Amino acid sequence: MMIETATTSAPYTHSAASVQKTMTTVILALVPATAFNLYLFGWPAVFLFAVTVGACAAMEGLALLISGRRLMPTLGDGSAVLTGWLLAMTLPPWAPWWTGVLGAVFAILLGKQIFGGLGQNLFNPAMVARVALLVSFPVAMTSWVAPHPLFWTGTPGFLDALAITFGGQIPDGYSAATALGLVKTGLSMGQTVSQSVGQLPDLMDMGLGLRAGSLGETSALLILGGGLFLIWKKVITWHVPAAMLGTLFVAATLGHLANPERFTDGAFQILSGAAFLGAFFIATDYVTSPVSKTGQLIFGFGVGLLTWIIRSFAGYPEGVAFAVLLMNSLTPIIDQYTRPRRFGRTRRGEPLAPQGDK
Amino acid sequence: MKLFAIRGGIHPEYRKELASDKAITALPMPQRLRILLHQHIGAPARLLVAAGERVLKGQMIAQGQGPVSAPAHAPTSGYIESVSEVTAPHASGLSQTAVVLVPDGKEEWAPLPTPLADPLTAEPQAIRDLVAQAGIVGMGGAAFPSVVKLHLGTQRKLEMLVLNGAECEPYLTCDDRVMREHPDEVIDGARIMAHALGAPLVIIGIEDNKPEALEAMTREAAAFPEVQVRPVPVQYPMGSERHLVQALTGRETPAAKLTADIGAVVHNVATAQAIHHAVRFGRPLIERVVTVSGRAVREPRNILAPIGAPVTALIDFCGGLVGVPARLVQGGPMMGQPLPSLDVPVIKGTSGILALNAEETGEAEPGPCIRCGTCVAICPCGLVPLEMAAFIRTDNLDGANNLGVTECLSCGSCSWACPSHIPLVQYFNYAKGMLKTKERDRAKHERTKTLTEAHRDRLERAAAAKAAAAAAKATTKGTPPAARQPRAEEPAEA
Ligand code: SF4
Ligand code: SF4
Repeated sequence: MMIETATTSAPYTHSAASVQKTMTTVILALVPATAFNLYLFGWPAVFLFAVTVGACAAMEGLALLISGRRLMPTLGDGSAVLTGWLLAMTLPPWAPWWTGVLGAVFAILLGKQIFGGLGQNLFNPAMVARVALLVSFPVAMTSWVAPHPLFWTGTPGFLDALAITFGGQIPDGYSAATALGLVKTGLSMGQTVSQSVGQLPDLMDMGLGLRAGSLGETSALLILGGGLFLIWKKVITWHVPAAMLGTLFVAATLGHLANPERFTDGAFQILSGAAFLGAFFIATDYVTSPVSKTGQLIFGFGVGLLTWIIRSFAGYPEGVAFAVLLMNSLTPIIDQYTRPRRFGRTRRGEPLAPQGDK
Repeated sequence: MKLFAIRGGIHPEYRKELASDKAITALPMPQRLRILLHQHIGAPARLLVAAGERVLKGQMIAQGQGPVSAPAHAPTSGYIESVSEVTAPHASGLSQTAVVLVPDGKEEWAPLPTPLADPLTAEPQAIRDLVAQAGIVGMGGAAFPSVVKLHLGTQRKLEMLVLNGAECEPYLTCDDRVMREHPDEVIDGARIMAHALGAPLVIIGIEDNKPEALEAMTREAAAFPEVQVRPVPVQYPMGSERHLVQALTGRETPAAKLTADIGAVVHNVATAQAIHHAVRFGRPLIERVVTVSGRAVREPRNILAPIGAPVTALIDFCGGLVGVPARLVQGGPMMGQPLPSLDVPVIKGTSGILALNAEETGEAEPGPCIRCGTCVAICPCGLVPLEMAAFIRTDNLDGANNLGVTECLSCGSCSWACPSHIPLVQYFNYAKGMLKTKERDRAKHERTKTLTEAHRDRLERAAAAKAAAAAAKATTKGTPPAARQPRAEEPAEA
């Protein structure tokens, strides 16, 4: 009996891991936080979410068709859906539909496919899209609303929601500022941090997610749950999230100790904005973060520190997206300097001394 | 007793239960044996017999040549039918010279070399001679002539012999069975080897997924204070020499050195058993235990097979195949060789014959690297597989070389784990092959260059001498002898 001459070398057994499984697990981890926020922000958020995810999948398909590649298995790997999902989670929940579509163009076409598709892009596609939208359409991208849970009185119904998402007008009386935005505006108007924070939900509500914010970022608790699930599933490790949140917390605490009227405290910083979402789901993006654990610690540290600096000193109230993109650009260099020590060699690459003891 | 951590590694599905409870059974003598002359690393053996000749069991039929080589022996008595080319159990599917032996069923032994009455006090050289004559090679799969490794103690002070009973490859249970069924022979062989090496200590490392083997070996070793049996954690590739030594001693073998340079020589447990047979009874290596397993094998077994037995006979002895296997492998699934067909003979390094179905191999179409970092985290050698592969893909062999591709063990952990199913080891094997060829070419070129340069120098010198002579002649002609410049060798004031 003759069997096809094997040309592939060993191994002839393989782990069950696959790209599709990884992406699906991440999406699964996002479900609780997303479901909660869709409920919290009602139909407009549901529409925007659907449009964004759908547009990303469509763009991926389009790019594959244009470049003459097969739709499958690439479209089935789930990466475009995940990008769309993350992008949607960082949009203002009642933003008009075209932010989602345009975001998909930025994320998938310009952020990913132009570089050659999955694995080739230097920058996190969702963050590229988010920043591009923010810079181009500052008003639409900073129109926040207070929580208006589905089916509550005063919450827009299905048809009103269609008007909001596809008509582009948020009716009066719904808008609200994010915590970070409020503090920033307050500071610019001469209010102290403690005065601004006094007008905000307490830390408990912030942690639970009962606050204004992006479509999927408000519940630190549910995002933490999803993140821990990913760590448990070994999709990510603790390095990036711990380094990022730890750095952000420490930097904010130090700032707050030095000048409590100018800087918010550590707990406020990590519970507001996209800190948790960024730490567990965005800065951990495989493609755009370093591959070694040491590199990931440095990367997380950088994202945390830059987030605090941008939030505290730059014109924008939120800095996670910028911080991630800045650190993305350093990833190749971090990778180069944080390669593991080779067996039998010193860190510098020389063979170990003959006695062999480390 | 402390154990030390080794870097990275994986936990594949071991599937050892398919064969681990099957006691070693002898294969009924096949109708024909095909004994390859080149079953080991090093120079092929030189043929000693011719077609038509009768040979006796254990008779040397091919002799080792050169310092790294091994002889081959007749596994049973019978007639040499021919000396011909047969398909070798190697991926290439190339053919190699084999002695085709038709057993006569008499099992008549040839006179054997005189065994050592008390090997533990004998001269190390006497042990090495018997091991060399017995044609013993590393039986874990590498098939490196064992006697060469028994010489490592002659120039160095060794502290220990490490006996490799890790058997970290999935499916394989031959070492497990040998340790369970013949712990006395293994430990005796180990003590003989340690004596030949001048190593005062024997440490036997066994992965702790083999509790019966651990128990049998520990019981047997109890009588010998210099022999320690130690469980090591199940972590592929624990059976890699350098990693096993590190796990047991905490010592890390420096790059480009041998474990012997840090005081430890590693041998496989089945090799120890073979050495026991050779030194105590003068018996050559003519049979070995082969694990035949995989879900495409009807009834997996551990078979004591004569060297040269056709793999088909082993498979038949296991009830044949179930369906068409996706892969046929010689050795373990992580580092084994793909078999071009079942029509190949068992060689001394055949630890396993696996017939795997598609579900077991889990092969899938490769996708793009998603930079997940898994390969970096698990590489036991601290390499960066994704970067090396990226360099090799663009044919930047120097780039891959700088990242240490030549230090890759080809252990397969990275390929196993890659979620994109990238055949990383394939890239590395290719690069290692190319780099070796390049290095050989460079050395050759260098040699040629030196020769050419020497030749040119010689020619230039000759030409210069001629010119000088001509000039001298001309000068001598034109000027009176008195004006002649003194030649260097002449004392100036002559
Ligand atoms: S395991 Fe595969 S996908 Fe992950 S970094 Fe390595 S080569 Fe890339
Ligand atoms: S095959 Fe080579 S590169 Fe891959 S894990 Fe093993 S030693 Fe590392």
